[in-house]
Amino acid sequence: MGLNADPILPRVKEILGDAVLDSHAQAGDETVVVSRDRWLDAHRTLREHPELGFDFLMDLTAVDRLGEDVRFEVVTHLYASKTRRRLRLKARVPENDPAIASLCPIWKGANWLEREAWDMFGVRFLEHPDLRRILMYEEFVGHPLRKDYPFDKRQPLIPERDPIEQGWKPS
Amino acid sequence: MTVQPSTVPVEVDATDEIMEIQMGPSHPATHGTVKFNLKLDGEVVVDCDVEVGYLHRAFEKMAEKGTWTQVIPYTDRLNYVSPLINNVGYALAVEKLLGVETPERCQYLRVVMSEISRIADHLTCLGMAAQEAGGQTAGFLMVEAREMLWDIVEAVTGARVTVSWCRVGGVTHDFPPDLDGRIVTAFDHLRAILDDCDKLLTRNRIFYDRMAGISVLSQEDAVSYGLTGPLLRSTGFSYDVRKHQPYLVYDRFDFEVPVGTKGDNYDRFYVRFLEIQQSIRIVEQAMKQLPGGPVKITDPRIVLPEKREVYSNIEGLMNHFKLIMEGIKVPRGEAYQAVEGGNGELGFYIVSDGSGRPYRVRVRPPCFLGMGALGEMMRGIMIADIITTFGMINMIGGECDR
Repeated sequence: MGLNADPILPRVKEILGDAVLDSHAQAGDETVVVSRDRWLDAHRTLREHPELGFDFLMDLTAVDRLGEDVRFEVVTHLYASKTRRRLRLKARVPENDPAIASLCPIWKGANWLEREAWDMFGVRFLEHPDLRRILMYEEFVGHPLRKDYPFDKRQPLIPERDPIEQGWKPS
Repeated sequence: MTVQPSTVPVEVDATDEIMEIQMGPSHPATHGTVKFNLKLDGEVVVDCDVEVGYLHRAFEKMAEKGTWTQVIPYTDRLNYVSPLINNVGYALAVEKLLGVETPERCQYLRVVMSEISRIADHLTCLGMAAQEAGGQTAGFLMVEAREMLWDIVEAVTGARVTVSWCRVGGVTHDFPPDLDGRIVTAFDHLRAILDDCDKLLTRNRIFYDRMAGISVLSQEDAVSYGLTGPLLRSTGFSYDVRKHQPYLVYDRFDFEVPVGTKGDNYDRFYVRFLEIQQSIRIVEQAMKQLPGGPVKITDPRIVLPEKREVYSNIEGLMNHFKLIMEGIKVPRGEAYQAVEGGNGELGFYIVSDGSGRPYRVRVRPPCFLGMGALGEMMRGIMIADIITTFGMINMIGGECDR
């Protein structure tokens, strides 16, 4: 991203081979879209490849593309400390089976990031050791960052009381 | 290379009873609402499940509801100890997707304010940690120093915490004319306080023994957990976004990235302490180099017109109306911009669908990943060390839980 002028995409595509479905670059960020069943594989290759060496899983999140054929996008941002390069990986996950391989076998940090993505978007991470909600509470129904979750819906654990019904009057 | 399941370093005697205790969510020594579900063998922590989310305010959901500019006040409330860095990070991410670069003076202003915020952030972290370990004096001294820095922030932005000073394409207004003098005075005082704290803490036998060798995290684990900032640097790994992926004008300053050697609590403390000195250096160089010129770009599609224009001619009024009602038309696509926050890499991943509203704003919160590693860092330490270890993560609820 930005620093080194030469794009890294051709080399990444060569190394990942047929796992890559699509790739693009915008605003200095390079992105590869990989197939869902090669998700774990692709990350492992990128991390362990001596030349690329993407040793940091900087971020993992999802994007809800409501209305598109394959609804969810799982997005990771990788960083290689040796070459100071960044790379974005994406995979599409359908609504009827929102599941993808967990990256926990490669990075310990994936644990919490995937729990958050599950909590917020309802994307399941297969073989995740501890897939619980993290920001919301256990009793919460639904996944709040989905586009079809109303932003003003309330699910209080303790019923809310209307002060006016309780006899409060503005002074 | 596969991650081995973490082994419990504590020998648990089979005859001992494991006691389960919940610490928090509201505990006087955890500044921030967080709950530790502890498993204790006597006074030793065998296992700890960290529960966060008590301060979840749906930042990412609410960001999708307004225009790009309306997200800025929300970013103040992420890391509320250094809100200006959040402002800058978000503005840079949107500018990256727009493909615009702000004027040179604006970039310098952003650097100066980011560094002042970083000093305030570190002072809060260290002062609170000292106080919780029993060093009241150092705690109060550092809060006093932070107060002076927040006075500077107030003079520039008009607010102490909820600053909302950056805009996409610039900053709201320039520095006040007497700021240079204010910074010099504040830094003189700050240096004296840091000297005092150095004597009070860094070579204090009691404090050193409380911090050294506690909660050691290996470099390999720190990388695997995605830690950045002082937590990663304390293990000896030199990664600082300002140095390794320079943004704004950071490549023009002469500063160092302090690293630790052991990755224990003392290193985390001392790395932050040294970083304050480096931030002071950056601010002083930036104030010397400060160029003249405008503080925002002039593109009418991005930046609001002057109030004089709005009240005196129809073009200005329409321009203002369109920008407020429809928002900045950020091109369709996505961008990720990282800045060095107080706790490490603060990243903004934004997705635009080409309308005037964000499709998705994602924050990469550095202390969220730090909290993810906390469970492992706590294994094998004593109950009394939980507070210092947690203090060195410097969890800021607003950023961790969003």
